[in-house]
Amino acid sequence: MKRELIKFMLFALCVLVAPLFFSGSYLMNVLVFVGIHTLLAVALNLLLGYAGQISLGHAAFFGLGAYGSGILTTTFSWNPWLAMVTVAVIVATMAFAIGFPILKLKGHYLAMATLGLGIIIFIVFNEWVDVTGGPSGFPGIPNLELGTLVFDSDLKNYYLVWSFVLGCVLLSVNLANSRIGRAFRAIHDAETAARVMGVNARLLKVQVFALSAMICAIAGSLYAHVMTFIAPPSFGFNISVELLTMVVIGGLGSIYGSFLGALLLTMLPEFLRFMHDYDIVFYGGLLMVMTIFMPGGLVRGIPELFRKLAGLKKGKGDAHA
Amino acid sequence: MELSHQLLQYLLSGLSTGAIYALIGIGFSIIYNATGIINFAQGEFVMLGGMMTLFLLEALHLPLWAAVPLAVCIVTLVGLGFERLAIRPLRNASPISLVIITIGGAILIRGLAMLIWDKDTHAIPPFSGDEPIMLAGATLLPQHLWILGITVVLISLNKWFFNHTISGKAMRACSYNPRAAGLVGVDVRRMVLLSFMISAAMGSLAGIIVAPLTMTAYDVGIMLGLKGFCAAIIGGMSSGLSTVIGGLILGVLESMGAGLISSGYKDAIAFIILLLILFIRPQGLFGKPESERV
Amino acid sequence: MLELKGITQIFGGVTALKDVSFSVNQGEITGVIGPNGAGKTTLFNIATGIYSQTSGQVIFEGRDISGLPAERLARLGMVRTFQNIELFGKMTVLENVMVGLHSRSSSGLFACSFKMPWAVREEQRIRDEAHQWLQFVGIDDLAQLEANNLPFGRGRLLEIARAMACNPRMILMDEPAAGLNSQETLGLAELIRRIRDRGITVVLVEHDMELVMDICDRIVVLNLGQKLTEGTPREIQDNPEVIAAYLGDDD
Repeated sequence: MKRELIKFMLFALCVLVAPLFFSGSYLMNVLVFVGIHTLLAVALNLLLGYAGQISLGHAAFFGLGAYGSGILTTTFSWNPWLAMVTVAVIVATMAFAIGFPILKLKGHYLAMATLGLGIIIFIVFNEWVDVTGGPSGFPGIPNLELGTLVFDSDLKNYYLVWSFVLGCVLLSVNLANSRIGRAFRAIHDAETAARVMGVNARLLKVQVFALSAMICAIAGSLYAHVMTFIAPPSFGFNISVELLTMVVIGGLGSIYGSFLGALLLTMLPEFLRFMHDYDIVFYGGLLMVMTIFMPGGLVRGIPELFRKLAGLKKGKGDAHA
Repeated sequence: MELSHQLLQYLLSGLSTGAIYALIGIGFSIIYNATGIINFAQGEFVMLGGMMTLFLLEALHLPLWAAVPLAVCIVTLVGLGFERLAIRPLRNASPISLVIITIGGAILIRGLAMLIWDKDTHAIPPFSGDEPIMLAGATLLPQHLWILGITVVLISLNKWFFNHTISGKAMRACSYNPRAAGLVGVDVRRMVLLSFMISAAMGSLAGIIVAPLTMTAYDVGIMLGLKGFCAAIIGGMSSGLSTVIGGLILGVLESMGAGLISSGYKDAIAFIILLLILFIRPQGLFGKPESERV
Repeated sequence: MLELKGITQIFGGVTALKDVSFSVNQGEITGVIGPNGAGKTTLFNIATGIYSQTSGQVIFEGRDISGLPAERLARLGMVRTFQNIELFGKMTVLENVMVGLHSRSSSGLFACSFKMPWAVREEQRIRDEAHQWLQFVGIDDLAQLEANNLPFGRGRLLEIARAMACNPRMILMDEPAAGLNSQETLGLAELIRRIRDRGITVVLVEHDMELVMDICDRIVVLNLGQKLTEGTPREIQDNPEVIAAYLGDDD
């Protein structure tokens, strides 16, 4: 327990001081997106890494949050904070309701069903032009305000988004180490045995699905207010796959792994600008290579790699001796 | 145009797209029955069929009769390579790993297609001209006839293969009980490989025959693949007639929906059907619920 | 305490169980035996809500539990173990037992996320009690080991500790001695007696005749999906029908 607290403190410290090094550079802007992606990856990881239930439609919940906030604040002039909370609750409720039939499905079928759900919602973003602006996007979303403080610069947005990330990470770590988190992992490992132990697998799966969707919706609201303009391609199937890649690369069932995955996949394209457009090839290859060679993700794979290398060296030394 | 003519028109074009969905769906079912895997890269085989044919026609100036079989062969080899490199190393992995690996494969293939060719949409010339044929007030293109004809031939071949050849019977045995099939001397790994090759071949051919009607591009695989999966789900993941009927139902509903309701929401129809079937009758429209024996 | 009435189970035309009825008395160890294919495990899966039977009733403490989902049964006080040990392999030994305490704790999603004081207290109680159950079966020294790395015999003990953590009134064990060596089987027999001595009713399906004859108060014999007979170990040992069923009818 204490170790968890120390880990979190270190993480929070890094988050707090990062702007000292990057302030003013365009990386500040990138780091804002790292934050939003971390929220999304943690959300998906709770569902996939802990409870073992896949979703290929999570970008849609992200989109619902973004459009919900955008439409309520711009078209209906709501207070952005009120809109954010309302949208989060609505999305969670929707996910809870759809969760019952959808999470009855397992494995490949669940993947296809969530994919279908994601695409239906994506089509609505594109086609319901009167409300969403359709393919040309939805402009003019206001920045968030807190009293007189307007979140209109990269630095301010950084602290805004990352305070959400820190809150989300802390709560997720708490949850993962509680009876509920244990029940999730039990369902993942052996669902029948978990049910025999009195774990209400069906309800818990739906709860984590709703929670996960809610975090995505909040990330969506933040995204809308940070960007002030949103368009459907940010919430399509490719984004769902990108999230999946982050979670798999970081490590299924590791909250900080999700941050690592989000950091890597958001930063890399910045350094690999020549790969523009082709980054999707890179994601595909990365997904395959990681699944085959490092199924535990970076957080488990790298220490293991070091152990193996150390073992190899030692083995060589022994042979020489 | 009168309503009845219009309906007939929707029906005809729906049947021909439905035939394509059926072919893709059978590809899904064959792999699923042999391995329990839903191959998310199935749609990419379809895309590769169309793009490869186009490449052979335009870059190498091959005649159509040579380009089509050659393209099918190349895609079949891709299917083989995919099984060897991505599926075989993970034989005992969890369903989630398998989902992730086939998604990774799909994205990789799609990305490479974009890299090798381009991001544009291309047309393949129709197999035998585009002189419309009038049929009771509705128009039909020769390509529609090609699609229906090739589909009928492929499905008959498929049926013959599974019922009358040793390999086909062995594959069926694997789908009922892989361990028992292995015990009586069926090489299960070879059958898995074969299922990927057959699916790739069928998918690529579907992609080739539909390309003259709908155009082709590096990213057509996602939608076609998903709709093929929808057809297979309606048919209860059978590799026979039920999936064909599933494809035809989907094609017709989609074309009616596009014509009568809204073309923008056309794609949503398939997914709403997909979700409804999965929620209400996961065993497919025609299947009986199985008593689960764990 | 547990009463099976006319259980029939048909799998795709094959009758696995035909009109099986018997009852289990409170505080006793009841053994269900029978040759391979007699339908023991099927019966077990029906009694514990994994399958739902084609016809017949399962009555637990006067209540018809037919068709209730498995997670409800645990809350009613009935819990089982599995023939092929079903542990939560990627969790520690201690955490496995802590999952057993799930149905006896109640902090929700939000209380756990926000570490509400009552959730923290409950977590501590779960942890302490889990250690007690590990001590009960004698593997508390392995508490921090990943369950996948347990030797088979210890895994069996862990499964029993986890089941006991549910605070059941009845525990059903599917071939608990399968895969154990004779030393471990002796330990198991002693453990099962200690469980009974706590007032918990035990039902076991078992192949190991010696164990069954040694610890059971009553025995039910199944053969070819039907109940052959029931009685005390003594009566069963002397029953010619049982001997015929096991040795095969040659005449």
